Amino acid sequence: MAINWFKYSAPTTFYGLAGKLIPYFAWPAAILFAIGIYIGFFVAPTDATQSEAYRIIFLHVPASILSMFIYLIMAGYAALGLIFNTRLSSMMAQALAPTGALFAFVSLWSGALWGKPMWGAWWVWDARLTSELILLFLYLGYIALHASIEDTRRADKASALLAIVGSVNVPIIYFSVKWWNTLHQGATIKMSGTSMHIAMQQAMFAVMAACWLYAIAVALARVRGIILEREANTQWVNDLPEVKQMNGEHS
Amino acid sequence: MKKMSLFGLLGLVVRRDLLLAMRRRADVLTTLIFFVMVVSLFPLGVGPEMDMLRKMAPGVVWVAALLASMLSLPRMFSADYADGTLEQMMLAPQSLSVLVLGKIVAHWMLSGLPLALIAPVLGLQFDMSAPALGTLVLALLLGTPVLSMIGAIGAALTLGLRGGGVLVSLLVLPLCIPVLIFGAGAVEAVTSGMSAASNLSFLGAFMLFALVFTPFVASQALRISME
Repeated sequence: MAINWFKYSAPTTFYGLAGKLIPYFAWPAAILFAIGIYIGFFVAPTDATQSEAYRIIFLHVPASILSMFIYLIMAGYAALGLIFNTRLSSMMAQALAPTGALFAFVSLWSGALWGKPMWGAWWVWDARLTSELILLFLYLGYIALHASIEDTRRADKASALLAIVGSVNVPIIYFSVKWWNTLHQGATIKMSGTSMHIAMQQAMFAVMAACWLYAIAVALARVRGIILEREANTQWVNDLPEVKQMNGEHS
Repeated sequence: MKKMSLFGLLGLVVRRDLLLAMRRRADVLTTLIFFVMVVSLFPLGVGPEMDMLRKMAPGVVWVAALLASMLSLPRMFSADYADGTLEQMMLAPQSLSVLVLGKIVAHWMLSGLPLALIAPVLGLQFDMSAPALGTLVLALLLGTPVLSMIGAIGAALTLGLRGGGVLVSLLVLPLCIPVLIFGAGAVEAVTSGMSAASNLSFLGAFMLFALVFTPFVASQALRISME
């Protein structure tokens, strides 16, 4: 049986699919998050050197990893949209940006909260912190560019180009910052987490999976919003039961 | 029409942009004065201790150069966009990348080059040593073209947008961080008695890398903005 793989690349069909998929990602995200936080706070033992403060890594590490990974996925979607002119890819890129920026921010914020008791300072010009901050700037630049262009086609293409340039630049920035950091100051405290306690691992993986699922669910929900916004004048949107109901209430 | 060589075309675009700029010298001078002013403000902000100023100098000069070149970026394409020249350029049979490269070179000669030439005078304000000053000029000569090249992408993407000036800085500044790091690092290496060769090599590498890719990317960005 031949499967039409491109069926769901049309916003019309994807809108319905996304709506059906969201609960399958959102609920596991909530449950896994609750499990991960429970294990992280009540089961995982106190760390020998960092006492209780280390527990922030259960959120910090997944947020950092996702903030970087989402940028790559976003750039990938943006590139797809630019090359093949597929509208949905551009919409996905636009939908992912705020989530990525949020994770970058959470990563910085939780890092600051961890840094105060550990390093005695809210902010240290550590290579990883600095590149995470620059990543947040890149997200904000992408969002700002998209927001300030009114024509959506141009906005999609322009911000796609920016995302691609950014993703080429990210490794250069990372290694520059790393090198700059080693020139300026000695190595800061490093986490020696090779021999992690089993409960810590479980908590970390649970929250990591929860963050993934959350990111997917939120991106799907946001892309549904974007589809509705852009296709507001089309017949199929006006025929949707939820839109009809809304219009009925208003008239 | 007679066939034109690549370099002939490049020279033509550069000469035209320089001529246009010379007709409105104030624009070029404002950027330069802005650069001098920002650098001179730092001692007023942090105090006149020479030891500290000497340490800060490379970073201050580089950050000021970065800001000054951001200031002049929106002008790169806006005049040609407003009077329709840019559209003609896109319709021209010659490669748009070469035309964009010409505009980048002209922009650098009007913004980066003057900054690099005046930087030693500002360095004296910060009591920098002669070798450090030499390295500063060299680093600026290698690094400011990269700022113009990356900036061209930002300027092309934000062409004709409201508030384009601030937006272009927001897009371009994070991408320029490697240049800032190695540019200031080169001078710092010299003042602390090391060789600046590695830093300068990195700047040179960035310049070549940007030279290959940015004219093409910027011309794509122009096509997106103009369609």
